[in-house]
Amino acid sequence: MLTQEQHYMPRTGMVTLLTELQQRGYEVIGPGVQDGAIVFHPLTQVDSLPQGIEQTQQPGHYRLHQTESARYFSWANGPQALKPLTFAPRETLWRSEQNADGSLRFTETLADRSLTAVIGIRGCDLAALALQEQHFAEDPYYRQRRANLLLIAVDCSHPADTCFCASTGDGPGADRGYDIALTELDDGYLVRANSEPGKAVLAALPLEAASQKHLEQADDQHRHARQQQRQLPRFDPERLIHQGQSAVWEAVADRCLSCGNCTSVCPSCFCFSEQEVPELDGQTSSHQRQWDSCFSEGHSYIHGHRFRPDTRGRYRQWLTHKFGSWVEQYGRSGCTGCGRCISWCPVGIDPLEILEQLGQEGTDE
Amino acid sequence: MARPRIAVHKFSSCDGCQLAFLNLGEALLELSEQVEILHFLEAGMNDPATPVDIAFVEGSLSTPDELERIQQVRANSRYLVTLGACATSGGLQALRNLEGRHDEWRDAIYAQPEYIQTLKEVRPIASAVKVDLELWGCPVNSDQVLAAVRALLFGVSPVDDRDRVCLECKRQQAVCVMVTQGRPCMGPVTRTGCGALCPRFGRDCYGCFGPSETAQTDTLAQRFAGLGLVPDAIARRFLMINSQAPAFLQTGRVFFHTPAGDQDD
Repeated sequence: MLTQEQHYMPRTGMVTLLTELQQRGYEVIGPGVQDGAIVFHPLTQVDSLPQGIEQTQQPGHYRLHQTESARYFSWANGPQALKPLTFAPRETLWRSEQNADGSLRFTETLADRSLTAVIGIRGCDLAALALQEQHFAEDPYYRQRRANLLLIAVDCSHPADTCFCASTGDGPGADRGYDIALTELDDGYLVRANSEPGKAVLAALPLEAASQKHLEQADDQHRHARQQQRQLPRFDPERLIHQGQSAVWEAVADRCLSCGNCTSVCPSCFCFSEQEVPELDGQTSSHQRQWDSCFSEGHSYIHGHRFRPDTRGRYRQWLTHKFGSWVEQYGRSGCTGCGRCISWCPVGIDPLEILEQLGQEGTDE
Repeated sequence: MARPRIAVHKFSSCDGCQLAFLNLGEALLELSEQVEILHFLEAGMNDPATPVDIAFVEGSLSTPDELERIQQVRANSRYLVTLGACATSGGLQALRNLEGRHDEWRDAIYAQPEYIQTLKEVRPIASAVKVDLELWGCPVNSDQVLAAVRALLFGVSPVDDRDRVCLECKRQQAVCVMVTQGRPCMGPVTRTGCGALCPRFGRDCYGCFGPSETAQTDTLAQRFAGLGLVPDAIARRFLMINSQAPAFLQTGRVFFHTPAGDQDD
């Protein structure tokens, strides 16, 4: 899987990496512990990385544990990673202002973004970014944020029980779409670069030749990480769309809160709503967009009618789009196996179980 | 063009929602340029019977006098907007409806109950008069009030955001307290408007903005049971600030005063 040249960096090299990024003008975003979860936030010192933190993830359940390990990346993921950095949860797209003669003036709000380096991205996140890339190809707000990102991936060594990236082909290792990738070992890292900016940063790091021992340890670790309990079941994406009348939807709607947490944590979900936010004086207004979800009533609203008034229709929309029509739209399923929708569902619904049930059923008459 | 005329009326309430106006700061000065505030006792304006374009009503109907007064407010107002949980769903004081022991409690609590004139049940404003817009929350927040005023000034319908707290929680990147701590959060069935205030500070939502659209309250109650809440504790989650909102009342009633719950008291 690993085609780039591999170097070895001792664990202390992480300080050099952070300093180098800062000196090159990057704002560095990295993982840390906040409110009981791994959360990506500004990283100013290596000490605030989640050293020794491991996690338990189950349907509707997420807990962190402190261990004696010196590792910084011995967890799978948190509720978010890259998505909020490229597709903002809420942002102003433009402002409008009323001129004295009553006409309107529109102002672009696209501001310069600072260079941002993100440490600790996983293979599943990079695969989801590639999907967002297709969807937001023409979106200037997305493009500008994306263009300023330097991505430093870390191969996932500790997948959670909710992970199934091995079966979607998107992990646990990072094999595309990164600038730099690390494999964390007991005493340091294997390091590889995949872009010119990545190579430039590498040149400043205290690197040594990777020893046979290190390479073997990395291979063992990777093989172990691939042994995931969960797997994407076999199903035919085209059939899903013809199973709209299945009783499976009814059953899952009884358990589902329609809360939209699955779509919010999904790294590939891209739905948004737009709204006008006028100032009190009535002379200026901001046009905003914000994350929406196919589980909200507004999502299926057109003038005078709601197409999906109930949870049954909304759950069906989410699953058949993500695993079915997404293939037609973007050439692959929208699922990269991160398992977030399973862990962060407050009632612990596992979409893979629903897919499995549908796979055993026929299509509509 | 004449400025729109506004009144803020108080019924049975704690006055906290009126603070959504008073706490506006600079925006209050802007507001007073946009509208003419004619009646607002907490701010010193006293002209309750004057005709207005928009009447904001805080508080529930708890006394016979209030039943009469709300008719006058309605007759004098072009738009009537309820301000907060009490006016919209009865509020905290409507908890007494659950027991149905009005006379018994009145006689036990007051030294001279003959001077107390209250309705046997606390009622929301909409039970007596037509309400044009309901602003939920205990208390409402200032942005919500300003957005409604602005929309009415433009002559358009204010946006009725019935989305769940969960959606806002994720936009704010607050970590889910139910999934990480097993807390019985009402966010999945509660409408947003607060900016996910409680979860952002690590505590569970207690439903002060009332039910969201398609509130799956029975499903959430089952989840609370799964998290270890006894029936009475589940009832208390739903039957609190908005106990009379139909979606909360219906589910809360299922768990209220069940034999297992009473043992817990």
